[in-house]
Amino acid sequence: MDIVISGLLLGGAYALVAMGLNLQYGVARIMNLANGEVLVLGGLAAFWAFVSFGLSPLLTLFLIAPLAFAGSWAIYALFLRPLVKRAKSRGQLEVDTILATFGMSFFFVGLMVSLQAEYFTYSFLAWPISLLGSTVAANRLVAALVAAAIAAALYLWLNRSRSGLAVRAVAVSPGSARLVGIDVGKVSALAFSLGGMVTALGGCLISTFVTLDASAGVLFTMKALIIVIMGGVGDIRGAIIAALILGLVETAVATIVDPGLTLVAAYAIFLAVLLFRPQGLFGRRSA
Amino acid sequence: MSERLKLALGVLIALAAAFVPLIADGYWLSIAVTIMMYTALSTSWALFSGPTHYIALSTGAFYGIGGYLVATGMSDFEASFWTMAAIAPLVAIILAGAIGAATLRLSGVYFVIFTLGLAEMIRNLVSWVQNNFLGARGLYVLTDFDERHIYWMLLAVTVAVFLFGWLLGRSRTGFALRILGNDEEVARHVGIDTARTKILLFMSTGFFAALVGAIVAPRYYYIEPNVVFSPELSFLVVIMALLGGTRHLWGPLLGVVPFTMLWEAVSAAAPNATTMVLGAAFLMIVYLIPDGITGLAAKLIRTRSPS
Amino acid sequence: MTPGRTILEVQGLTKRFGGLIAVNDLSFDVREHEVMGIIGPNGSGKSTTINLISGALPATSGSIVLEGQDLTAARPHETARFGVSRTFQLVRILPALTVLENAVAGAVFGHKRRWGAEAAGFASGLLERVGLAEKAAQPVSSLTYIDQKRLELARALAGEPEILLLDEWLAGLNPSELQIGIDLIAALRAEGRTIVLVEHVMDAIRSLCDRCIVMNSGTKIAEGTPTEVLSDPHVIEAYLGTE
Repeated sequence: MDIVISGLLLGGAYALVAMGLNLQYGVARIMNLANGEVLVLGGLAAFWAFVSFGLSPLLTLFLIAPLAFAGSWAIYALFLRPLVKRAKSRGQLEVDTILATFGMSFFFVGLMVSLQAEYFTYSFLAWPISLLGSTVAANRLVAALVAAAIAAALYLWLNRSRSGLAVRAVAVSPGSARLVGIDVGKVSALAFSLGGMVTALGGCLISTFVTLDASAGVLFTMKALIIVIMGGVGDIRGAIIAALILGLVETAVATIVDPGLTLVAAYAIFLAVLLFRPQGLFGRRSA
Repeated sequence: MSERLKLALGVLIALAAAFVPLIADGYWLSIAVTIMMYTALSTSWALFSGPTHYIALSTGAFYGIGGYLVATGMSDFEASFWTMAAIAPLVAIILAGAIGAATLRLSGVYFVIFTLGLAEMIRNLVSWVQNNFLGARGLYVLTDFDERHIYWMLLAVTVAVFLFGWLLGRSRTGFALRILGNDEEVARHVGIDTARTKILLFMSTGFFAALVGAIVAPRYYYIEPNVVFSPELSFLVVIMALLGGTRHLWGPLLGVVPFTMLWEAVSAAAPNATTMVLGAAFLMIVYLIPDGITGLAAKLIRTRSPS
Repeated sequence: MTPGRTILEVQGLTKRFGGLIAVNDLSFDVREHEVMGIIGPNGSGKSTTINLISGALPATSGSIVLEGQDLTAARPHETARFGVSRTFQLVRILPALTVLENAVAGAVFGHKRRWGAEAAGFASGLLERVGLAEKAAQPVSSLTYIDQKRLELARALAGEPEILLLDEWLAGLNPSELQIGIDLIAALRAEGRTIVLVEHVMDAIRSLCDRCIVMNSGTKIAEGTPTEVLSDPHVIEAYLGTE
């Protein structure tokens, strides 16, 4: 029961990060391998605001959101749109964006090392509370609840609003979206920036219960990618379920076998998905 | 230049390279070993990733398998260096075949992601096995080799990689690889088993990376999984190969030499700045020289002499 | 040349995409040396049929047999080796290869395999055959649209296929190019090649095809000579709709 509860709470935070990546890859067609670093940047901001000003991470969220959105927009406009424009094929865009976002990820790591070389250690809501008979840290519960709230808001926006509809249209078919008068370039930039914002918020929440450091990003990138693939590219509902599965399996492996094997467990899931359901949990086989 | 002249030139350069340890020693010999190592790794990487555009980040994993197997074989199982250096590449081939079969039938993104965390994942697995089943002892690679011997062995591997690449370029498989890099759908419909071709080439890069890892292992003396399963190595190999350019067999070499020098200088002078340098290198390649140094040179020559 | 024995047998071929049935219980034969047309309105399943025969898509059910070889579950490179060559609806040329190399690509891995000087010689012959002899050494970026179509045809012929699938090969050509294209296929027909073509250009159907099948909504609604099927009331209805 302990495993189930902590697994689901961890999965909740993963879900938010995977939703961010899903917006960036599923809609803007940018495989953002600097995603984990954006997450860690969010965590660093939370740490810094807490240590320097005693600001609660829950308040820092409101500062991070506009900053991450604007920063992501700038990155998209300055660095990624030129690649989209020059790409002759989807394959070439993929290779270019992978290499460029690798560059950014290393750049961010370097930047963060120079800002804060030590672990981002701080203590926020670190008292135990009892939940369905098992004991969890309050910060995990709060993080999972806030993540769920953000995810729900995003889901509603995508499915109920006019601009959300445009985003979904671009995800399905940029060509057809253009025909019905959707500004695909703008929607892509919006999706990319929203994705960056959601990821940074996820980082802020995760930093309350996981001790991050400047180079922790790549592991989160891996996990987010595995979740997105398992859930099906562009499928928000699939991503949430995949995130919960990954959170559960990781927690189970860490508790029962060895905490050093969580990545191995993630890979085992990844391999199973690639072999048996490469189209994602709920995806339909296209051929 | 005719093929025969190119071959003669290649043999001459390889012979000249064999004399380097007789002239250089200490720091410069160590740089020469590093350059030779990256030349073998980057050239073999480019043979697969160049034409297929699948960015393989698995070099560190295979290199680590080479180094780790040599270390554990010599420390825990009393095997000789030569036995382990022969076994390691075979293990890597089998692993590469399995990874290729699982990922190379799908889009390139899946492959990149899978290889991205591969070195780290294998390191975790190996550490766990080591700690729980083999006893957490240190692994020592004690041989009579000095830097010169390692250099010569690496030179032999590099020559083998070039020979392999040269033969590949003249073979049906090499032609198949060029076609599938252009348009995989067309490749399939002209009768190419594209999955098999990609998997075979990926296995060859695994083979060479593990062999290099095994040969370099005596350089470390004391081996820990953390040292040999290096994700950084995978990225360096990608940068060097792309910096030189992957269209020609000798392209990666032109990236390896300058970047190794730069990397050594930065690592010595400002170790904290290495990640920044990696980032800057990736961005420079994508935005400024997408076809590498060889591509840039070809472009300059074309604009100088408009025909 | 008169059509001979049956070389391709399609039986009960069906392809579903989720709830949509793109090809429904389609059966037909193709005989040696004949040109067989597949016509029908847009979205009637013609190109899907070509994709099923060439192995680009797996069939949901039914069977495809080429000279006794079951191709139903074969992957594209296997169908190519058994002797099925194809062109693509949107012309696909290998951009980084020269014109000659593009043609050689078809000769090395296909049904009849050649390599080295022999492959180059054979491919050059085909380039001459389709009218590209002077452009063999050029990069493909210099080719006009019809030349790209010609090159794709040469590549498809280079494996000496038992059967050639042309997916709207004449589409997009201007009137003078169209006549050149029709003449080229007519010349291939005169050589006795077996061809299945999906086409919208009715002049081409009339002048090239020995027989036609007509598809509508995935189902075969008529089969016969071009004159027969084009006067069939079901076919006219399918094209023009019911009053």
